[in-house]
Amino acid sequence: MAETAVLSTGSAVAPSHRRRTWVPYALLLPGLLWLVVFFVLPMLTLGSQSLQEGNVDDGYAFTGNVAIYAEALGRYWPQMLRSLLYAGVATLLALLLGYPLAYFIAQKAGRWKNIVLVLVIAPFFTSFLIRTLAWRTILSDDWFVTQWARTLRVTDLLQWVGLTANDSLLSSKFAVIMGLTYNFLPFMILPLYASLERLDPRLLEAAGDLYASPRETFRRVTWPLSLPGVVAGTLLTFIPAAGDFINARLLGNTQTTMIGSVIDSQFLRVLDYPLAAALSFILLIVIVTMVAVYVRKAGTEELL
Amino acid sequence: MAWIRRHLVAFAAFAVLIYMLVPNVIVAAFSFNNPRGKYNYVFNEFSTEAWTSPCGAQGICESLGLSLRIGVTASLVATVLGTMIAFALGRYRFRGRSATNLLIFMPMATPEVVMGSSLLTLFLMLGVPSGTGAILIAHIMFCVSFVVVAVKARVATLDPRLEEAAADLGANPFQTFLRVTLPLAAPGIAAGALLAFSLSFDDYIITNFNASPSSITFPMYVWGASARGVPVQVYAIGTVMFLVALVVVIIGQVLSSRRNRQVA
Repeated sequence: MAETAVLSTGSAVAPSHRRRTWVPYALLLPGLLWLVVFFVLPMLTLGSQSLQEGNVDDGYAFTGNVAIYAEALGRYWPQMLRSLLYAGVATLLALLLGYPLAYFIAQKAGRWKNIVLVLVIAPFFTSFLIRTLAWRTILSDDWFVTQWARTLRVTDLLQWVGLTANDSLLSSKFAVIMGLTYNFLPFMILPLYASLERLDPRLLEAAGDLYASPRETFRRVTWPLSLPGVVAGTLLTFIPAAGDFINARLLGNTQTTMIGSVIDSQFLRVLDYPLAAALSFILLIVIVTMVAVYVRKAGTEELL
Repeated sequence: MAWIRRHLVAFAAFAVLIYMLVPNVIVAAFSFNNPRGKYNYVFNEFSTEAWTSPCGAQGICESLGLSLRIGVTASLVATVLGTMIAFALGRYRFRGRSATNLLIFMPMATPEVVMGSSLLTLFLMLGVPSGTGAILIAHIMFCVSFVVVAVKARVATLDPRLEEAAADLGANPFQTFLRVTLPLAAPGIAAGALLAFSLSFDDYIITNFNASPSSITFPMYVWGASARGVPVQVYAIGTVMFLVALVVVIIGQVLSSRRNRQVA
């Protein structure tokens, strides 16, 4: 026993690890190089492209045309604002829907735990375009969902709130927000589950023993301890939802166009590269700023 | 009533689970449809055509093959790069650590449309042609971070004493890594690789910015079909993907619970 203790404290591993300081850098180099060249550098070329003038045929020259940003915002601020709004609402809905499910899997499911977890993860691995197309079937006028919604006057309610324009469910704000919520729900549930699973059930029992009502227990024990999951989940939902345009195009109408759709078509169909690059850069700045403020406010900087 | 109250969470969870699974059920059901017209939105009559001739729609299997090749290549490269970074972060102290963490976090905090369009501007400036190569570069880029996160989580739980023990027993650092560290980290690496594959296989937005007419991936095919009319075969392939995912995730669960039992 004493011998092994001597051996392990006197082991050559720890000091040699410290001496070979080049090892971590060698491990990092290829991956980080890839990210610098194909992630960081493109951000610079994106900024540069936005300040160039010219056209696709004759080429572009850098002119420092900052006015393009005013033009981009002036023309497309409704789509920008709409994207942030839809993504925000979808994130809140995903939190409301995802929390009970994550809590159930982590704390209540017992022997069903693995099965439910599989059912949450598996759809995430299947083509999300096809699943979004399926919503077109589900929400179409001919199906019972819309029929029942009409009978129960839900369509009237949605129309009154302004989420739909007529008594259909498809091609509306409602369908787009519902689709965004659906598509990014797993990104909300998995981080929530990870933090709720670490929650010691004895803490909940202790709160009960100390006469906290279930509501009080949730507000003062469960919720604060799940905050890292809430922060990670809301970020992982909001960010992709704000840039997404697949839901808006497949489930929406011309009044629900999101900023991602504008960037996509300006780049690939209109071929107005400077304007498209400016819009893309604005979206990046908006998201990065919002994420930075949010993470600081939430106070969980060690997210990963 | 009290019973319902007590199980309120379970009911809510069940309802949400149904919301998450309904589209998959619809996809499976409509793969047996013989649609009237171009769009597969209304169930017309039972047919097994999609299953008996899965390549029946023009270009569908070519696009599927391309997506599989890109997915395998991109996830392999991303897994190697990401695993190396995860080991550096999980096993060493070095200068520039927080900058590295930030660089890993950033691609996950950037909307896809921004990554796709910015990469397009880089390729335009350098004169890199769009197509399969450009798609591969893009996919590897956005997969690396997810692999790092998955592998790092696993590396963090490893007991460093096991590596020390290997060294004490005369293993050199290379042998220690190959015979102790790597097998222990394997579940995290496998999870990262699977995640990378599915992200690559399913990506439309970034791919669309870097694709050429000769590099139509499966998601691009589906997107195009959603405007022209969706062939039933798309639904059959979607169903197969769901079933494969189910099997893979179940195997993962079984393996990890067996391992936990062994440890306990």
